[in-house]
Amino acid sequence: MAEFNIRTDSVDVEQIMRQIRARIKEKRGVDYTEQQIQELANVKLERFLDPKGVRSDLVEQFKRNRGTSPEPPNYGFEDTTLYETHRGMIRFFRKLLNPFLKLLFNPNPIVHVLHMQGQINNINAQQFRVREELDALYYEVIHNLVLELTRLGIENKNLKMRVESLNSRIDFDERRARALEGVVQYKAGSGPSREPQAPPARYSRPAEPRHEPRQEPRQEPRQEHRQEPRQEARPAVEPAGDAPPAAAPPSAPIQNGGIDQPAEGSGTVRRRRRRRRGRRGGRGRGLGDVASTGAPIAASDAAPNTPAPDSYEDGDSDTDSDSDSGGDEEPDTGQ
Amino acid sequence: MKLAVVVQRYGADINGGAELHARYVAEHLARHAHVTVLTTCARDYVTWQDEYAAGVEQINGVPVHRFRVDHERDVKTFARWSDRVFAHTHSYRDELKWLDAEGPKSSALINHIRSNRSTYDYFFFFSYRYHQAYQGARSVPDRAILVPTAERDEAIGLGLTPPLFRGVRAIMYNSPEERRLIQAVSRNEDVPGVVVGIGSEIPAQAHADRFRQKYGITGRFALYLGRIDQNKGCKELFTFFLQALPALPKGLGLVLVGKEILPIPDHPRIRHLGFLYDQDKYDALAAADLLVMPSYYESLSMVALEAWALGKPVLANGKCEVLRGQCIRSGAGLYYETQAEFVETLRAIADGRSLNTALGRNGREFFQRHYAWPVIEQKYLDMLARLQTDERAGGGRARMEPEPGFFARRRRSLRAATEVLAALPAGPVLN
Repeated sequence: MAEFNIRTDSVDVEQIMRQIRARIKEKRGVDYTEQQIQELANVKLERFLDPKGVRSDLVEQFKRNRGTSPEPPNYGFEDTTLYETHRGMIRFFRKLLNPFLKLLFNPNPIVHVLHMQGQINNINAQQFRVREELDALYYEVIHNLVLELTRLGIENKNLKMRVESLNSRIDFDERRARALEGVVQYKAGSGPSREPQAPPARYSRPAEPRHEPRQEPRQEPRQEHRQEPRQEARPAVEPAGDAPPAAAPPSAPIQNGGIDQPAEGSGTVRRRRRRRRGRRGGRGRGLGDVASTGAPIAASDAAPNTPAPDSYEDGDSDTDSDSDSGGDEEPDTGQ
Repeated sequence: MKLAVVVQRYGADINGGAELHARYVAEHLARHAHVTVLTTCARDYVTWQDEYAAGVEQINGVPVHRFRVDHERDVKTFARWSDRVFAHTHSYRDELKWLDAEGPKSSALINHIRSNRSTYDYFFFFSYRYHQAYQGARSVPDRAILVPTAERDEAIGLGLTPPLFRGVRAIMYNSPEERRLIQAVSRNEDVPGVVVGIGSEIPAQAHADRFRQKYGITGRFALYLGRIDQNKGCKELFTFFLQALPALPKGLGLVLVGKEILPIPDHPRIRHLGFLYDQDKYDALAAADLLVMPSYYESLSMVALEAWALGKPVLANGKCEVLRGQCIRSGAGLYYETQAEFVETLRAIADGRSLNTALGRNGREFFQRHYAWPVIEQKYLDMLARLQTDERAGGGRARMEPEPGFFARRRRSLRAATEVLAALPAGPVLN
């Protein structure tokens, strides 16, 4: 997360809080209110989303616990049910006295209603049986849903962790980059670059990798933009090219892109070689080009064996520099 | 001028908010008047058991007169009465029973106040919700100055509090939020009042290195100062902190200072140091990146003021309107209400150097402008001068309403305190 930079004396806390909430909203996508969060918490989704809490035999266990409910009792009721008996004499008298019974009250509606009720009971029993079968299916569906949710939950958590991890890496890289920038700027300000005069062409560094075998390739991109100020810084030293070796140490951190690496213990000859290569080699190129293409590195392979008169360094001048300004790697091939 | 400071418990080793507030006020007013502290022998705010000897002793040059309590607190009885008056329609008598059950009830202290009312020009009663403040202020209303230390809790919704707020001579508020709360519940705008707060004894120098060396703490940390209690929001703080660990700034720990009541999670990034003496406490503040105040209810956070005095930003619980208001008014702290806000605000303060510096600078200025001791003392002295002027002009008579009669006292007509509280205005006071 980017810092809040306060540039004035007044701090508007409410404004900062609004910004923070906006960031949270950006991250979340949805800004839940406190009440909504409470409601979600009350649902206790975690129990379902917890993979340990999901039973693979959920449906079977449900069936086992519930079982198949017994058939509910029912009765069949017809218009003759009231008068049925296994004794013939009684059946005869009932039929005989039936008109008299109907004189006292009308049993037909009762018979009809009880008949209807029996049919309704049958229908309900059938529906209940279907319902039970459907319940098992529903639970199976829920079971599958829970499994899918669990998978999604785990995946979500993993993705969150990855995002967090990436965030922390980005934060770390940002901090590291800032720290390195600070180091580079400090050294540039305190070094010879305080007197920038000549164009930067003389100190391109095609041969650096040859002399810095320990330099890691991943540092190159940083060197690309770090080296630019040093290109300007070096010519300030250059007029004193015939100065004693004590004047050379500033070149060491420059070669290393400003990263804390010790200055090389090589002698004057080695530095001179490097300078010569610089003149002949990548003068016409930016350092970034050199670092990215690697062509000058190949071109400079021959350089260490090339004898170089000391007077060559003494002839270092702006004019010389200008005349070479359009140069490329060709001079190396001329050796 | 002779002044009495009446408070529920008092001692150099008592660090409760209102009690420390009372001690600081007594010691500072003692430079301008004869001050006597009237208190109980209790030391523990849960049991109110008599632990100090009754009688008079000197603490930091201030005479302290202690009285025995009538009975210790029965937690179950107190809980039962609390449920009755807070959650149900109840009577005035129920509230008096609740007040007795809460304690510390000291009839000897109240009798002393009654019998010595002419001995003192004014009585400062601390903490409206305790027995000694209610009964004491009712005994000497003409000379009673209340320092309510009111929070947004159910006690403010009880029926016995509005007459108290209306019946005293003056009220010294801790914050604008507290004044609004009390005025809303009691309509006591005509009672002289001023928002004062409290200063703090900030040492001339606080040494972060000394603290780090003494306790072996090398990394960055957020500091919590106070009782480690669920009521202080510590449980939520632990939850938020532990859940937010992956997203928190690298190496940022949580250091806790205070008495442990709630179990503290066992985690390498949480460190509990127990009780610290003042110098160590200020050293800890100097070493911290920020102070965390997770409390839901505060009438005034002294540790927040101390952090600001030392130029440290505060991360407060936004559900506490007083802390939230202070953060906004001072421009010296952020606040959170949710887990996500906790993480983001903590990162903003801990990682943002410019923000951290600006908040700290504002805090220091805010403290100097409002809570430096000369400012506080002057406000107290101005209030006393104002009351004396009113008396000389023939006014300044407090009108404490009489308590209900035998039948009215037993009539269950008072609303549940939670209902009353819910109807009161909320949120920070920003103007």
